[in-house]
Amino acid sequence: MGGNDETELARLMRAAIAGDERAYTEFLRRAACLVRSFARRKVVQGGLDPEDIVQETLLAIHIKRHTWRDDAPVTPWLYAIARHKLIDAFRRRGRRVEIEIGEISESFAEPERETVSDREIGRVLETLAPGQRSVVAAVSVDGLSISETAKILGMTEGAVRVALHRGLTAIARRFGRH
Amino acid sequence: MDTNELIKALAVDTRPPAASLSSVWWGAAGLAIALAAAVFFAMLGPRPDIAAAAETPRFLFKFMVTITLAVSAFGLARALSRPGETWRKAMPYLAAAPALIAMAVIVEIVVLPPDTWSGKLVGTNSIDCLTYISLIGIGPLAIFLLALCHGAPTRPALAGAVAGLAAGGIAATFYAAQCTDDSPLFVATWYTIAIAGLALIGAATADRFAHW
Repeated sequence: MGGNDETELARLMRAAIAGDERAYTEFLRRAACLVRSFARRKVVQGGLDPEDIVQETLLAIHIKRHTWRDDAPVTPWLYAIARHKLIDAFRRRGRRVEIEIGEISESFAEPERETVSDREIGRVLETLAPGQRSVVAAVSVDGLSISETAKILGMTEGAVRVALHRGLTAIARRFGRH
Repeated sequence: MDTNELIKALAVDTRPPAASLSSVWWGAAGLAIALAAAVFFAMLGPRPDIAAAAETPRFLFKFMVTITLAVSAFGLARALSRPGETWRKAMPYLAAAPALIAMAVIVEIVVLPPDTWSGKLVGTNSIDCLTYISLIGIGPLAIFLLALCHGAPTRPALAGAVAGLAAGGIAATFYAAQCTDDSPLFVATWYTIAIAGLALIGAATADRFAHW
């Protein structure tokens, strides 16, 4: 990963924190690529789905984005979170993993390839309160905007934002806990 | 839900992120010191002869050690609460307080005759020391653990232990103003046990609760 990508990631993240939705989408897409190739290299045996690690890491990045110092490089922060989530997942599966830190910096993006499977996040979504679940599903799976979601569910936009935020926080907390 | 759908949901959640971690840590430090001071003055207060004591090197040295510990542990706890932070660089500073007290112990056993060592070590306030450092330190520890949870520690147990050292350093700084046992032999023994207790509580609590 070259220096330009690092600068660009930091720029996107700063814009995202300032409230730029498109910059944030772009940042999360790039972050997902990096974490995906990292997780695929680390998960060599079955039992763990690398894409679950990607999703759990993205949620953690979102909930803990205030822990990034805006004058620091993004990738060490991002990989530290991914590594933490990966170790967590292995621990839950009762496996042990040795992660060579040196290898992480050499990761590169791979084309996205989604396998159709029942993701862990889907199971967690089912455990949410109905109000939060329908808002999260409307915005993610149905791809609706905040105002469209508000109209369909008969809520105010403010209430949709609150339910979305709480729902995502709850998913991040429950992810992977069995 | 596939990953692109998740990204859509995350990107739309544009509520401003939580309070910046460094401001939370500085707020926690201020609160911890204020709380420790309140508990100290409510329960103990400084010793009556503090003005005279302040002219003796042994009394002043206690503060050098405890403040060094509080500052170095606080810096390390902050670093440990951020993913990807190079906290290992802050690690050596943590050795400063133990090094200071070790040197002082050596000086003490050189200048004092051997038959006085055990008296100095046991002192007269050992139970008070253990009790009050723990009592003054437990509030600051709770505050630091909350700050830790606001962050994202990838090594929760270690971060919790270091938070315990920082809280112990603050508590010991206040307690030292009351305690009349100024010998480094006493400080090295009883302060260490009390502060280690806080570090253990911090490690166990963070290991259990600082998940994210």
